[in-house]
Amino acid sequence: MQLQSVNENTLLISLGDEIGDAVAQRVRQLLDAIRCELAECVIDLVPSYSSILLSFDLRQIDRLGMLSRLQALMQRLEHAEDRPLEARELVLPVYYGEEVALDMAAICQHLGLSTDEVIALHSGVSYRVYAIGFSPGFAFLGNTDPRLCMPRKATPRLKVPRGSLGIADNQTAIYPSVTPGGWQLIGRTPRQMIDWNSRSLALMEVGDRVRFEPVSRQEYLSLGGQFDEL
Amino acid sequence: MSFEVINPGILSLLQDDGRFGYQHLGVTTGGPMDEHAFVWANHILGNAPGSAQLEITYGLLQLRCQADTCIALTGADLGARINGEPLAPWCTRQVRKGDKIVFATPVTGLRAYLAVLGGFKAQARLGSCATVCREGLGGVDGAGVKLKAGDILPFEPTRTAIDARVPAWAIPDYDSPLELGVMAGYQHDEFDIVQRTKFFSASYKVSQNMDRMGYRLSGDAIQPRRNGIISEGIAFGAIQIPSDGQPIVLLRDRQTIGGYPKIGCISALGAAQLAQRGPGDRVRFRPMDVSEAEAQRMIFNHSFGL
Repeated sequence: MQLQSVNENTLLISLGDEIGDAVAQRVRQLLDAIRCELAECVIDLVPSYSSILLSFDLRQIDRLGMLSRLQALMQRLEHAEDRPLEARELVLPVYYGEEVALDMAAICQHLGLSTDEVIALHSGVSYRVYAIGFSPGFAFLGNTDPRLCMPRKATPRLKVPRGSLGIADNQTAIYPSVTPGGWQLIGRTPRQMIDWNSRSLALMEVGDRVRFEPVSRQEYLSLGGQFDEL
Repeated sequence: MSFEVINPGILSLLQDDGRFGYQHLGVTTGGPMDEHAFVWANHILGNAPGSAQLEITYGLLQLRCQADTCIALTGADLGARINGEPLAPWCTRQVRKGDKIVFATPVTGLRAYLAVLGGFKAQARLGSCATVCREGLGGVDGAGVKLKAGDILPFEPTRTAIDARVPAWAIPDYDSPLELGVMAGYQHDEFDIVQRTKFFSASYKVSQNMDRMGYRLSGDAIQPRRNGIISEGIAFGAIQIPSDGQPIVLLRDRQTIGGYPKIGCISALGAAQLAQRGPGDRVRFRPMDVSEAEAQRMIFNHSFGL
C-alpha cells in the first residue's frame, strides 16, 4: 500500500501492482470506507484496477490533514477482519447473434472455437468490474476465460453501436454509448448502461460483479434491443 | 433577457467551475481551461464563485445584447469591440440592449472569459453546466454542444453599475516565456536520471494537437522505462509520456483513467497559464515541491475569500 501526493489537491492510493480479484476487492473496500468517513473533504474519487485517485477540497482540509486521516482509515481497515465483500451481482441479457456480434466470425477463426463454445465461455463466468473510464460508464470487466484471449482490432471502428459487448486481451466491456472502439464485438445488451436522468446514473460501479445471460433475438427485441442505430 | 449568438466563432463554450463527483463513472470535470481568468471575471462582478461564463477560444464570436447588464472580460485579448469601440480585458463594462460585442482574433493569449452580472442561466447536467462536447453534457441545451448561431444565453437583466478592474499585479503576460513547476509523482522515479534531466532542461513546443482534453508537446523525447502501466486515475495537470516520448499535459476534459506512464503533474494554476498558449509557443519545466503548489493555491483561494 502506497500513498503519494500527485498535485496540490490530489492523492494516489496504490493498493497493489497486479490486476486481479483480490486487489479489486481491496479497492472497493477502501472506496466505500472513504465515502463513508471522509465524504466532506472529497471532491472526486477515481477507482481503478489497483488504485484510487482522490482529489480533496482545500477549503475543507489540507494535504497533511488528508494524508493523516487516510492513513488512520487504512490502518483501521487492515486490522479489521478480512470479511468477504458482498459484491452486488448484476445479470445482463446479451444477444450473441451475428447481426450484433460483428466480430464473432473473426473471433471463432482466431481462437479455433465454434460460436456456441465462445458464447458458453463468455457467459459461463462471473466478472468483476475493475475500472470505469475511457468514456462515461465504460466498464472494464475481468477476467475472461484464457481461451477467449483476443488482441484488439488492428483498426478500431469509428462507431461502435451502443450496448455492444467487446473482448480484448483478458477483459470484456460494454460500450455504453456510440464511440470509436477497437474491441472485438461479441454481442449486444438491450440494457441501458448509463442514464444521466435517472437516480442511479450508471448500471455498474467499480467492484460490482457481472454475469451475462444469453437471450434469443426475440427476447433481445422485447427487452428493447435495437439493430439499426448507427 | 439574454445575449443572442450571431456568430459562434471557432469554439465558444459555456463553462462553470466544473462537474465534480462523477469521475468514478468515467465523467470528466470540464470547467474553465484558465481558472485564473475565470475566477477573476466572477470576482470583479461580485458573482458567486463558479457562476457560468463564456469561454471564448481564439475569437470571432459575435453577440447581440437583448437586455441591459454588466459584463466582465478577462483572459486573452482577442481584439474585442463593443459597437465598434475597443473592449478592454480585465475590467467590467456596462452593456445596453442592442449593443453588439464582436471578437476578432488573438492579440495575446488564446482564451477569453466573458461573465455577466449574476452569471448565465443554464440547465445543470450532473450538477454543472460545464460543456463537454465529447460526453454530450452541459452547455446551453444540456447536450454538450458548443455555441452556435441563434443560441440564446439567458441572464437576469440589471442596471446595476459595477466599475471594477483586475489589479495590475494579477494580470499575467501571456507572451512571456512559460516555465511550469512539475510535482514529482506517479511514475516519476521510474524515469532514469538521464530522462529526468532531459525533461527539465529541454524546451518544448505546443503542437497543433492541443485541446481541452490535453496539450501535446513536441521536443526532446523522454524514454519511459515501461510502455504501459495498469490504468489509473489521471489528475488534472498530469503529464503522460507515451511511447513516442512526447509529453502530453492532461487538462480539463481529460479522460478519467489511462495507462501511460506519467512523469509528474503541473498545478492547476500552472495549467491555467498553459491554457493561454497556442501552437508554436514554448514551455519549459522545473521541479516543484507539492508544498509550493499548495501554498500558491492557498494564497489564490484566500485572496478571493474561498
